[in-house]
Amino acid sequence: MTEALHLDNLSKTFPVGKPLFGPPKFTVKAVRPVTLTVETGETLGIVGESGCGKSTLARMLVGLIPPTTGTIRIEGKAFDNADPAAFGKSIQYVFQDPISSLNPRKTIRQIIDAPLKRLHGMGKADRAQRISEIFAAVNLREDFLTRYPHEFSGGQAQRIGIARALAANARILILDEPVSALDVSVQAQVLNLLAKLKREFGLTYLFISHDLAVVEAVSTRVAVLYFGAVVEIGEAEAIFSRPRHPYTRLLADSAPVVGRPLTAPEGRETELPDPLNPPPGCSFAARCPRATDLCRRVEPELTDKGDHQLAACHHPLDP
Amino acid sequence: MRLFLKLLARNRLALAGAIVLSGVILLVLLTPLLPLSAPNVTNTADRFVRPFSPGHLLGTDHLGRDLLSRLLWGTRLSLAVGFSAALIAATIGAAIGIVAGYFGGRTDNLIMRGVDMLMAFPYILLALAIVAALGPGLMNALIAVAAVNVPFFARNIRGITVGIAHKEFVDAAKLSGMGHTRIILSEILPNVLPVIVIAMSTTVGWMILETAGLSFLGLGSQPPQADLGSMLGEARAALISAPHTSVVPGVMILIIVMSINLLGDGVRDALDPRLRSGALSRPMAATLVDRAEVPEKRTDGILSLDDLETQFHVGDRIFRAVNGVSLSVVPGECLGIIGESGSGKSVTALSVMGLVASPPGVITAGAVRYKGRDLIGMRYPALRRLRGDRIAYIFQDPQATLHPLYRVGDQLAEAIRCHHRISKSEAHDRVLELLKSVRIPNPESRARSFPHEMSGGMRQRVGIAMALANDPDVIIADEPTTALDVTVQAQILSLLDDLRRDRGLAIIFITHDFGVVAQLCDRVAVMYAGRIVEQGPTPEILANPAHPYTKRLIACVPELGGGRRELAAIPGLPPSVDDLPPGCAFAPRCRKKQTSCERGEIALKPQNGRAVRCLYPEWRPS
Repeated sequence: MTEALHLDNLSKTFPVGKPLFGPPKFTVKAVRPVTLTVETGETLGIVGESGCGKSTLARMLVGLIPPTTGTIRIEGKAFDNADPAAFGKSIQYVFQDPISSLNPRKTIRQIIDAPLKRLHGMGKADRAQRISEIFAAVNLREDFLTRYPHEFSGGQAQRIGIARALAANARILILDEPVSALDVSVQAQVLNLLAKLKREFGLTYLFISHDLAVVEAVSTRVAVLYFGAVVEIGEAEAIFSRPRHPYTRLLADSAPVVGRPLTAPEGRETELPDPLNPPPGCSFAARCPRATDLCRRVEPELTDKGDHQLAACHHPLDP
Repeated sequence: MRLFLKLLARNRLALAGAIVLSGVILLVLLTPLLPLSAPNVTNTADRFVRPFSPGHLLGTDHLGRDLLSRLLWGTRLSLAVGFSAALIAATIGAAIGIVAGYFGGRTDNLIMRGVDMLMAFPYILLALAIVAALGPGLMNALIAVAAVNVPFFARNIRGITVGIAHKEFVDAAKLSGMGHTRIILSEILPNVLPVIVIAMSTTVGWMILETAGLSFLGLGSQPPQADLGSMLGEARAALISAPHTSVVPGVMILIIVMSINLLGDGVRDALDPRLRSGALSRPMAATLVDRAEVPEKRTDGILSLDDLETQFHVGDRIFRAVNGVSLSVVPGECLGIIGESGSGKSVTALSVMGLVASPPGVITAGAVRYKGRDLIGMRYPALRRLRGDRIAYIFQDPQATLHPLYRVGDQLAEAIRCHHRISKSEAHDRVLELLKSVRIPNPESRARSFPHEMSGGMRQRVGIAMALANDPDVIIADEPTTALDVTVQAQILSLLDDLRRDRGLAIIFITHDFGVVAQLCDRVAVMYAGRIVEQGPTPEILANPAHPYTKRLIACVPELGGGRRELAAIPGLPPSVDDLPPGCAFAPRCRKKQTSCERGEIALKPQNGRAVRCLYPEWRPS
C-alpha cells in the first residue's frame, strides 16, 4: 500500500496572552508531536474528547493552521499550499457545522462552482456537466442549485458540503465530525453516502469524531487522542474490544449502551489536566487506575504492543 | 428585499421620514429647472424683505438675495456634500475594517491602534485642524468630515468582519482555491454590506450637521456660494432684527436631519437580523395562553400533562410544535422523552412552567397539573413561586445558563433565597451541602469560582445543584449531557440516577440518545413531529418497539462492537410542523404505509401499560 498522508512530529503550540511584541506569557500545546501515516484507500478514524486537539490536527493538514513543528507529506510530496489552486486539488475538508460552512449569501451553484472554477479552471458548460454528475453522486436534486443555504436541513446541507469537497476532485478528504450536528436517522444517510463515495472514487478518509460507535462503523484503523497526543492506534475491530491503553478502555466503557447498567466507570470525579500547566510524565496518570510513580515522571512513548496495535503506556492492559 | 421594504413600511416614523426625505431630494434635484431668481445676485435695495412678499416667497437676506433660491441651491449642496462624505467615510472605513478584521494579528493591531489615535481627538477639533491645514473651502470641509468619521466605520466593520472571518465558509473558500482578495470581495463583503448600510444610514444626518457646522464657522463653502451652514452663519448678525434669515435654513436642517435619522433607524431595524428575529424584543414573563376549555384530568402523577398544545404563530404561519401531548410522572420515576431535533420535546418541557417565549409561542390547549393544580393560565406570581422551587429545570448548556459575572456559590444562594427567607450564612451552608451532594470536590473553594473557571462537567454539576437547591419534587432535564464528553456524561448520569433514588425525585429527561434512555429512564415517550407516537416501559420498548418509527430509529443508532458496516438510515426528512400531512406524520417515510394511514387522525392506543399511535404496529402484546 502507498501512503496518502504522512505526518512526522507534527505539533501545534498556541500562544496565550501575546503582547504586540515579544514572546507570549503562556503557551498551550494543542497538539503534541504526532507521527501518523494514512494509507491510500483506508479510513483512519480519530477519536478523542473535546479539547484533545483533534480539530487542530485536522486543520493543520489542510493548511488552515500552520504547524509549529513537524512536516506533512501528501501523496509522497511535501506539503505546499503556496499555490491554493494546486493544493486544493490534493486534499479537501468537510466541516462539522454544515450550515455555517456555506456562505449564506451565495446560491448553492455559486458555492459548488468555486472549486471547479478556481481549482480546475473549467468553462461554464463543463461546470454544469460536472455539477450534475456530483449532485447525482450525493443524491441531491438539481433544482437545489438556485436556492440559498438557509433553505436546507442539516443533512441536506452536509451533503452539499460533501459535494463541494468532491468538486475539488481531491483524493483525500478530512472529515471533521461530519455527522455530529445531525440527527441519528439522518446521520446514517450521510455515513452510508460517504462509504459509497469512497468505493466509487477510491477516496482516502481521515474521519474525526467523538462518537466511538460511529468511528468504529466507518474506520479501517483508529487513533485515540488524549490531551494532544496519540495514546493508542490500531485496527478498528480490535482497538475498542481489546484496548491496550487504559484511556481507550475508559472511553469504550463510558459510551451509553442499551442493555448495560448505569455505572460511572471512573469512581473519582476527575478532570482533564490543565493545558497551561501540563503535568510531567503521562498526562492520563491522574485519572488512571494503573498509574505508578514511573507514569508521573516519564512520558511513555508510543510503542508496538503486538497485533499492529500501538499504545503509549508503561503498564498496558492485557489483550 | 421585498421583506426589507415591507418591514420598513410597517415602521410609521421611518415611512414618514422616507416620504419627507424623498420630497426634499426631489425638490433639490428639480431646482435647476424651477423658475427661481439667481441665488447669488445681490440687490442691496431689497435687503431683509420679509417672507411671503411678492417675488420673494421666503424673503431676502442681508444682501437682498432671494432666500428661497439660496435655500434650495444650498440644500442641494449640503446634501451632496453630506452624502459624499458618508460614502467616502464608509468606503475607506469599511476597507480598513475589513482588512484589519480579516487578516487579524499584527496587521489588525497596528491598524486599529492608528484608528484609536484618530479617535482620541475630539472630532470637531480634528475636523478644524484638517481644514486649518488644508485651507477653508467646501471640498476640504468634505475631506475633513469624511476623515473624522472613518474610525467609526472602521471599528464597526472590523468587529463584524472578525466574526465572519472565522466562520467555516471562509475556510471552505480558502480550500476552494480562492485568494485573499477574492475571499474579501465575494465572501466577506456581501456579509458585512448590511452593517455598512446600517452604519451609513445612521450617520449621514450627523455628517450633514458637521458640514453645516464647518460652513457656519466660515471654513466650508465660501461666499457667495450658499450652503445651509453658511446661510446660517451669514444670518447670525441679523438674528434679532430679521429672524427669518436664520429660521429658514435652520428649519431645513431640522427637516433633513430628522427625516434621515428616522429613516436610518427604520433601515437599521429592518436589516438587523437580531431585531428581525425578535431576539431583542422582550418576551412575556409567562407563555401566552389561549385555550377554549380545560381538559379533564385523565392521568395521575405528581406532574401530568393532558393534551397539551403549544404553537408558534409567526406571520400567518402556525407551527404546531406540541400537538396534543399527554404525559405523567410519579415521584422517584424517570420518564424519558426521546425525539429528533424539531420533534417538540424541548417545547413540551418548556411549556410546563410557561417558559416558551411569547411572542411567538402560544399554549392553545391542554392542561399541566402539578399535584392537581393547573399550571397553564395560573397567575404569574403563583407560577413564579413554583418555578425553580417545586419544579426545576436543568438545561443543555450550563455555560449559557450560569451568569458569567457572578460566583457560582452566590448564584446558588440567590436561587435559594429567592424562595426561602433564610440568612446569608444559612444559605452559604446550604450551598456547600448542595455542591457536596453533586460530588464537586473542594466545595468551599469551588463556591467562590466563576463559571468560566470550571470545566463543562463541573458547570453542569452546578446546574444540577441549582435545580436541587430548593428540594424540588420534579426536575425537567433538557438534554443535560449532550454538550458533555462521554466520560463526563457517564458521571453526570449516575449522579442523576442516585439523586432521584435518594430523594424520590420525579425526573423528565429529554434526550435524543437511546443509550442514555436505556440506562436512566423507567419509561420512555417517543416524539415525532410534535406528537407522542409511542410510550411505555423502557426495556419493553427497546426490546419490542411497536411503532415503525421507534423501531427504525433504534436501528439507526450505531453500537460499539459492531465492526465496520453499513448503517441503517431512515430516508427522507421529518415533516415541517407548519405543514403537517393528514393522518400519520411518519407515513411518507414509512415502509409499511397503507392508504388508510394518510386518511385521518390516528389515536394513541393504550394497551397493557404501553401506547402506540399506529394502525399497523410492529408488535402486539399477545
